[in-house]
Amino acid sequence: MSRILTGLWGAILEAWSELRIHKTRVLLSLIGVAVAVAALTAVVALGQIAYQAQVESAERSSGRPAMVAIYAYTESGEPVSGEAMETAFDTAVERYAVEYSSRNGYFDGRVQFPTGVEQVGGQLVDVDFGTMHRVELAQGEWFTDRDENRLAPAVIVNEAMWEKLGSPALATHPTVKVLGDTETTAVIVAITPSSQFDTYPQMIMLYSAWQRATTPALVASQQPSYEMWVPPEMSEELLPLLKRDMAGALGSDVIVDATRQDYLAWEGFEQSMQILQLLIGGGSVLVLVLGALGLVNISLVTVRQRIREIGIRRSFGATAGRVFFAVMMESIVATAVAGVVGVIVAVLIVKSPLVQDAVSQGVVDAPPFPAEAAIIGILAAVGVGALAGLLPALVAVRVKVIDAIRY
Amino acid sequence: MSLLRLEKVTRSVELPDESPLEILKGIDLEVSVGDHVSIVGRSGSGKSTLLNLLGLLDSPTSGEIYFDDELVSGFRSGVRDRKRGSDIGFIFQQFNLLGGRTALENAMLPLFYASGREFWNRRKIATRMLERIGLGERLDYMPERLSGGEQQRVAIARSLVRGPRLILADEPTGALDIETGADIMALLDEVAEASGAALITITHDANIAALARTHYRLDKGVLAPVTAQAVHAAVAAEVPL
Repeated sequence: MSRILTGLWGAILEAWSELRIHKTRVLLSLIGVAVAVAALTAVVALGQIAYQAQVESAERSSGRPAMVAIYAYTESGEPVSGEAMETAFDTAVERYAVEYSSRNGYFDGRVQFPTGVEQVGGQLVDVDFGTMHRVELAQGEWFTDRDENRLAPAVIVNEAMWEKLGSPALATHPTVKVLGDTETTAVIVAITPSSQFDTYPQMIMLYSAWQRATTPALVASQQPSYEMWVPPEMSEELLPLLKRDMAGALGSDVIVDATRQDYLAWEGFEQSMQILQLLIGGGSVLVLVLGALGLVNISLVTVRQRIREIGIRRSFGATAGRVFFAVMMESIVATAVAGVVGVIVAVLIVKSPLVQDAVSQGVVDAPPFPAEAAIIGILAAVGVGALAGLLPALVAVRVKVIDAIRY
Repeated sequence: MSLLRLEKVTRSVELPDESPLEILKGIDLEVSVGDHVSIVGRSGSGKSTLLNLLGLLDSPTSGEIYFDDELVSGFRSGVRDRKRGSDIGFIFQQFNLLGGRTALENAMLPLFYASGREFWNRRKIATRMLERIGLGERLDYMPERLSGGEQQRVAIARSLVRGPRLILADEPTGALDIETGADIMALLDEVAEASGAALITITHDANIAALARTHYRLDKGVLAPVTAQAVHAAVAAEVPL
């Protein structure tokens, strides 16, 4: 036990002493590996951020998997009664115990800004829509059921519109006048973030609130889509049942179409993601191989000068195992330190505003630095250290002591 | 008591054309505790190969080596390495101090491979040894700041810190001037005698060989005893042995 303890401690002291004495060589190794790990980690992280950004972007636009969109139309082109459609949809939601459902429609409103009146695009949704489409808010809270019955409808505006209104504090319950056939004063309850490319004012209003605030003619002309968020494993089974039930409720001349609209339903998305991952993976491996080659190169160059030192150590009682362990550990300790440095550099690069702007183009909620990338970076560094240390360690064990000393 | 015994030891290597080259031929040698043996030989006579065998760094092609009357070929590799660390001290021609380390760190080196008190008290042991050989004021000196004689003194301290029973000195004065070489040999002889260790000096210098009590000549792989008179005659005539 005492021998194992002293052997282990002695090997650690030896490795530390080597690292201290061969500062220049260690620094060279550190730079090479740190750069490789930084590149690898950054590439993996950027790839994952890009993937996550794509997914989130897709979820915002087409909803979280599995998002089922239901449309109804007639062959003759006659519009389907909105009231009948709503009743059929609500019945289906209740029957299949769907937890999240929403209408999704659009309207144009003229809004009074301090600078004048402007046409603003508006989206009409139900309360569940925020969860179903992962809507992010910069300030305030998403609609609640209580907002359905407000006299002054609640409205959520984007940052561009909020700024155009003079950036009023939400705590003051700012209002906005929406003009049209009727004039409505809406209360701003939340703000959605706008990317730098999103400069047009936009607003979101609850469908029910809009129905009460506008004219019956406009309500009748609105043909929203109807969405349900269902468990992906159930969606295949559910689609034909929804079609059948709703077509039955709406009459024989109405054709009901129920399809998945989320990104996972689109095969191309997975394929493009696979290509992206393949490219990222290939790039990462290439970067790592280059880093490893650099380190092996340095190890090979230094192995000659170390042979003499190892010969001396062997002559004073260092066992082959001890020499192997010490040389390997020296390499691993150095590359592990380099790995940590590389990961820190990668985090700084990836989180720098310049890179964030480039990677998260058009995406408001950039995902955090992936822990996986950091772990991969450090593991890769240690792996490279072990591989690069193996060669000199094997050489060290095979050293012919007296030849090495006389070398 | 026999410390190291070689019986009919041969060592061959295979040449590129696969024919064997016999470097050492039927070596018989017995070294006891407290002996001072010199082995003289020219370049290419097989001195390095013999040193490898004496230092338990290599195995003979045939014949047997006994250390403490135990057959060395029966030792496992780790046991042999540990035995070498605890019982054999090496002194080299080029000192072979490790660069970038102080005299004290160099002297401590063998104690890293010890266990128990030797390991934990390594600094104290190495300091005492350096003080004993007159380098107490040079503990923190790097090798390049030490003279050749001082470097070899550090090497001697390094070889002695674990209290070896056999000291193998390979051309210990080869890199020193005559006067310093004589001082170093006197010191080596003194510390070896004080510690009761056997000392084997491998050299091509008849003057150094003359300091030993038992003499051998290695010529073309054959080890033969040489009388003290023959050694002193060679020294007097200033001719190689």
